[in-house]
Amino acid sequence: MTEYQTIEHDVLVIGAGGAGLRAAIEAASQGVSVGLVCKSLLGKAHTVMAEGGMAAAMGNVDDRDNWRVHFADTMRGGQYINNWRMAELHAQEAPARVKELEAWGALFDRTPDGRILQRNFGGHRYPRLAHVGDRTGLELIRTLQDHGIHQGLDVHMEVTILTLLKDGDRIAGAFAYDRERGRFRLFKAKAVVLATGGVGRAFKITSNSWEYTGDGHSLAYHAGAALQDMEFVQFHPTGMIWPPSVRGLLVTEGVRGEGGVLKNRDGKRFMFENIPDNYKAQTADNPEEGWRYTQGDKNSRRPPELLTRDHVARMIVSEVRAGRGSPHGGVFLDISWIKEKLPNAEEHIKRKLPSMYHQFMQLAGIDITKEPMEIGPTTHYIMGGIRVEGDTQMSTVPGLFACGECAAGLHGANRLGGNSLSDLIVFGKRAGEHAAAFAKSNGSVSIDAQQVDASARGALAPFERDGGEGPYQVQESLQETMQDNVGIVRAQPEMEHALQEIGKLRQRAARVGVKGNREYNPGWHTALDLNNLLTVSEAIARSAIERKESRGGHFRDDYPDKDPAYATFNFLVRKDGKSGEMQIAREPIPPMPAHLAAIIEEMK
Amino acid sequence: MATAPATDVKGQDAYTAAQAQQDAAAHHATRSFKIWRGEAGKGEFVEYKQDVVEGMVVLDAVHEIQATQANDLAVRWNCKAGKCGSCSAEINGMPKLMCMTRLADLEADKPVTVEPMRAFPHVRDLVTDVSWNYRVKTQIQKFQPRAPDAPDGTWRMQQEDIDRVQEFRKCIECFLCQDVCHVLRDHHKHEEFIGPRFLVYAAALEMHPLDTADRVPELRQAHGIGYCNITKCCTKVCPEHITITDNAIIPLKERVVDEFFDPIGKLVKIYSRRKRK
Repeated sequence: MTEYQTIEHDVLVIGAGGAGLRAAIEAASQGVSVGLVCKSLLGKAHTVMAEGGMAAAMGNVDDRDNWRVHFADTMRGGQYINNWRMAELHAQEAPARVKELEAWGALFDRTPDGRILQRNFGGHRYPRLAHVGDRTGLELIRTLQDHGIHQGLDVHMEVTILTLLKDGDRIAGAFAYDRERGRFRLFKAKAVVLATGGVGRAFKITSNSWEYTGDGHSLAYHAGAALQDMEFVQFHPTGMIWPPSVRGLLVTEGVRGEGGVLKNRDGKRFMFENIPDNYKAQTADNPEEGWRYTQGDKNSRRPPELLTRDHVARMIVSEVRAGRGSPHGGVFLDISWIKEKLPNAEEHIKRKLPSMYHQFMQLAGIDITKEPMEIGPTTHYIMGGIRVEGDTQMSTVPGLFACGECAAGLHGANRLGGNSLSDLIVFGKRAGEHAAAFAKSNGSVSIDAQQVDASARGALAPFERDGGEGPYQVQESLQETMQDNVGIVRAQPEMEHALQEIGKLRQRAARVGVKGNREYNPGWHTALDLNNLLTVSEAIARSAIERKESRGGHFRDDYPDKDPAYATFNFLVRKDGKSGEMQIAREPIPPMPAHLAAIIEEMK
Repeated sequence: MATAPATDVKGQDAYTAAQAQQDAAAHHATRSFKIWRGEAGKGEFVEYKQDVVEGMVVLDAVHEIQATQANDLAVRWNCKAGKCGSCSAEINGMPKLMCMTRLADLEADKPVTVEPMRAFPHVRDLVTDVSWNYRVKTQIQKFQPRAPDAPDGTWRMQQEDIDRVQEFRKCIECFLCQDVCHVLRDHHKHEEFIGPRFLVYAAALEMHPLDTADRVPELRQAHGIGYCNITKCCTKVCPEHITITDNAIIPLKERVVDEFFDPIGKLVKIYSRRKRK
């Protein structure tokens, strides 16, 4: 018999970043009991790392902006395989969600007339990102945290979910352990919201923290939910590349929004050389116009550095491949050049990009007000995730909801910068609201002791294999496999190789041994995370193999062009109920209603 | 899209290869680390030799030791970018974030000592129980905004009026200021004094242009602001460079003085019935 503590909630929210906190606050406001579980301490989730801002068509800086433009930008960036209903809701509701944060104490940077200031970002037609310098994520999570602690939430910090529990087809809760003491906990819940973020730790070079091990994706998959668009991983074009220990650390797109330019070894602004056709009309064709755009000139078009992230990342890789990279294998990102244009450039850079200034000064000894940064692409975000219904955020499992990065749909094949923080608050709220409604309208659940015992046995197995291989070595092998074979530029043989390797790594993971006891043991935690990482890695590789074209974040050397035939469906990954094998299927995208199709046509 | 060959002879992408080449050229050295190991306050320094590469921070070395020599070495961390405030520790006796302390800045010929924060109950190795901080925060009155300025439910604020509060809101809650504060660290006044972190939090609320609550009475009584004797240790260790003492604590102390020890000011206040912001 497994020993555990049982805790009962109407709604259990798993993950306490922006999406999870917002979902928990909303559910609590509907009068149900809410438990909020997080792997770290409250307020430390990956949301704190978001820098640039949150996109919301408030039109404070450019009154030509409205939800219709934001919708069209999001669909164009996602290459039209987005869930159009989510893109519509997101564009419509983001302004209200941002203003609500202000009512909860957030202090965004201001316009001269005292409203919320908005900045330029890649793929957004008008200045649209509400921000606080380059620490917007911290402002978001702290505002939600400080508001949330007064809403009667039951917060369970440093708790990791092992498995979701089901009562027939319906979700019934989750089985977990606390990291500090290693004791098991059973959460019984009528509805569960997954808000666990992404999968970046499956790759070697990543901007993501240790928590990003694809837990929600994997938990949902094993509970029978469908995953969607898993081939679409975003490689952010600008990560630090030197010194080696900081490789992957994010350099905000805000640097380019404030006028930063990309140059190769020869000092050439290579981004002007390849501007995709569907962006030509709205992209500057000379440096002067690009500069004017970053300084708020409404009659100028944006510089090509602010094209979508997928395109910029590939352009950087092709410069390096062609032998025109910077000394440490990337390219140069230069903001210091603006001193040619602005009298007080040094102060301006420090005020607009304070964390970037400190990050480079402290970690690389580089003064970004005086010299260029060296940057290269870094694994940043996964567009794919748990398939959800657009309005309610419910997955294909009754009572199981998902929001934020671990849910799929809003971003299609490529996410625009700034659309993530707004995603968190728009769909966090919706998930919380509908999870609460589900909990109210459905009776209590019962727990299957067999599921619990199996989970507990699996979790403790690594302790019985003392002397087995260490978990960190298996994790590192997986990260190298994914980085080298399912990375920014993909091809069939490498991806098939990756699938074979993942199979071997599963066998190695099953033999991993852990030393020490259950109390705050990172070796044990890492061993358990391996299962999630392997599941999402397999889903990414299988989906990427199936998509025989290049679109958004998914680029194939062997199929370098976009194929219209692939624009009509999403790939879904499911666990076969009988064999337990991973199955992949094509799910047609429903036709867009006339009012939305008209917007797309109008904004072409 | 320019199409250079996808892979070189070793099957590695040219981009990855360019970086691997640089890694091979990076400078290596063996350094010594003394890390506090143990549980619930009992423990000792254990010495590890570790190969380190140029540019590494203390957290990198701790991770390498964890991956290769001590899998169960307990340490908290998240972002490794100085943004989350999880990896607080005492490095060579100084409260610092492990992720922002470069090995190159520490004396090369001496072992680097890494210990847990000493102002909080010890859990295991480098991990401490910081839950007291979370309890304290709930005791501070929450943000209460005035009615919106505009019909659409929004407010108007000038940037210069929020600069100060934005400085306070840079706080990443690493609790290094709490760790170094002698009122907490040496005198253990956790039940009577909220510490610099929460004085900054209270200041951010009190100086927020929209807030209407009055936290001054509780700052004087339950929150024990009088215990702070302005030694400025907290300001010195703040990784976000928040001027905790000068900009947050001293102005709050002045408000306490004005409200409780200035009879004329008090009369004015009663008649005007307005909270100073």
